[in-house]
Amino acid sequence: MSGHNESILREPLITGNDITYAKITDDILMPVENKPNRAWWIGFIVSLMGATLWLVAVSYTFWNGIGSWGLNKTVGWAWDITGFVWWVGIGHAGTLISAVLLLFRQNWRNSINRSAEAMTIFAVICAATYVVSHMGRPWLAYWVLPLPNQFGSLWVNFNSPLVWDMFAISTYFSVSLLFWYTGLLPDIATIRDRATGVRRRIYSIFSFGWSGNVKTWQRFETVSLILAGISTPLVLSVHTIVSMDFATSVIPGWHTTIFPPYFVAGAIFSGFAMVLTLLLVARKVLGLENYITMFHIESMNKIIILTGSIVGVAYITEFFIAWYSGSEYEAYAFINRSTGPYWWAYWMMMTCNVISPQLLWFKKIRLSIPATWILSIVVNIGMWFERFVIIVTSLHRDYLPSSWAMFYPTWVDVSVFVGSIGVFFTLFLLFLRVLPSIAIAEVKLLLKTSSEQAKLAQIKEGHLDKAHVKEYVESLEKFDSVKQEEYAKI
Amino acid sequence: MSNIKYILGSFGDPDEMMHGIEKLQENNIKIHDVYTPMPIHGIEAKLGIKRSRLDILAFFCGITGTVSAFALIYLTSVVDWRHNIGGKPAFALPDFIPIMFEVTILFCAFGLVGSYYASTHLFPGRAPRVMDLRATDDRFIIAVDAQENGDHSKIDGLLKEAGAIEVKHNERKYISYE
Repeated sequence: MSGHNESILREPLITGNDITYAKITDDILMPVENKPNRAWWIGFIVSLMGATLWLVAVSYTFWNGIGSWGLNKTVGWAWDITGFVWWVGIGHAGTLISAVLLLFRQNWRNSINRSAEAMTIFAVICAATYVVSHMGRPWLAYWVLPLPNQFGSLWVNFNSPLVWDMFAISTYFSVSLLFWYTGLLPDIATIRDRATGVRRRIYSIFSFGWSGNVKTWQRFETVSLILAGISTPLVLSVHTIVSMDFATSVIPGWHTTIFPPYFVAGAIFSGFAMVLTLLLVARKVLGLENYITMFHIESMNKIIILTGSIVGVAYITEFFIAWYSGSEYEAYAFINRSTGPYWWAYWMMMTCNVISPQLLWFKKIRLSIPATWILSIVVNIGMWFERFVIIVTSLHRDYLPSSWAMFYPTWVDVSVFVGSIGVFFTLFLLFLRVLPSIAIAEVKLLLKTSSEQAKLAQIKEGHLDKAHVKEYVESLEKFDSVKQEEYAKI
Repeated sequence: MSNIKYILGSFGDPDEMMHGIEKLQENNIKIHDVYTPMPIHGIEAKLGIKRSRLDILAFFCGITGTVSAFALIYLTSVVDWRHNIGGKPAFALPDFIPIMFEVTILFCAFGLVGSYYASTHLFPGRAPRVMDLRATDDRFIIAVDAQENGDHSKIDGLLKEAGAIEVKHNERKYISYE
């Protein structure tokens, strides 16, 4: 806060030349304080239809049992666990942005962490519903909890990764929720102090009486830092444990030690893709171009290249080891994956996850909003296929050729999956309407150091190295929210 | 004595507000509290707010979690009800680690956030004690107790000199109760 300036070589995190603290509040609270526009209503109605489909399909499953899915004796896990792993993976980006990037002091996280964390919470809700509905007798779902024997089951088997998973997912969900909500308190207080009547009363209850005094802020920062510190190993542990659901089994194709890092990288990969899918639309519709800038988009694309390449290396390593291990069952599992009856799923996964993200090495593609948006969806299609390939192709050729089978989804399988996307978007669109989609207080912190106007003022003072200024001005060319003509004369 | 309870200096810029705090302190005027829309670094040192001990507490909450998880698993699957899983040992410590880790994080997070809420009096439905409604928007507010510090015009002058956009004399402590 004192006089020192951030290096001119760093790209601005807030663009625009008339940004004040009041304008930040107004811009971010625009969707919360005004009636929704037509785009929101269309999105909401479509999502709500999806959510209704989900409700119907899940109720149908509860009523008739999982026989209503396309599972058979050989393929006992298919779309359910594919969907579960897919959703949990998507959730990972939120925690990565809010926790890991906070520890690394990446200030660009400040304008995307809120919506990414919300995404985490909604994705984990979608994932958890799969876990409950695939149990077959969901009314006995509490049997996964460590309850004394009198409750019906024995004590749970603590050696089972499925029990670890229950602990991991529930810890992940509740800690993410705490982290997200604690960060929301100052922003809910901002809405409260600007509202009147019933709205003020409601936001007052949810603001927990936040006043923004010195001690509360100081403790707030301590709490955020510690939560970030514990969430970082937590997020890595969650997908590690999810991968152990497979890796600790003895099924060829699952029984590999590469799974934990490979799953974690894949999770971050798909999560960032989902963040981009959501934010590229939200930034346009909500007019947040000054806060979620091209720099943010490019940075996320770089993380997608990195994690996508890790995933690619993991696929190739897995294939190599299947041959190198000399285990004919393992080798067969992989040959069958790529050339057997599910070859199309395997090559879909390879194309979407390994080849297409490499296009992001081109700066033009990385900085093109339509191209990035399409690629982000392609990545998530690929990541869905990855889980499908791992689960179904490893199971469908059982040890006995007489039990070989194929998996065909029923309308219920399809509806639970499509419906869960509807549930996710319904929750996300409601979130955009009632809570600030960008952390207002955290973005205000950047105004005096990392905004375009602060840097312009620095240039105008004229004490800077000419070469540095030139480099900075060149870096601004990619921003769609910067008025380039202002820099023409510098 | 007048009815004025609090004098509020309302600043539009955090650096000017910091300057205001220095000015008041140089003149031995005690600051009641400062309300800001975002965390301001260095302010706690000026106002003599002690370092938070929440980190120590978080550590002990975490350790409690580790021990509880271990105790639960050990007492159930080693002492109370051994499963025979392929003749493998019941006391399989590596298998206990994932749950011990998760419960450590769980206890640490809930203990930490719970004590943060308790120590700063945050809970659902608590009446917000707000002196100036713009303190959560775009103003940085220094509050001075008017009863303790008599010379009001001097305080006004100091705040204005430091760059306060406006100085308010509030007859109620918290306007949000209206």
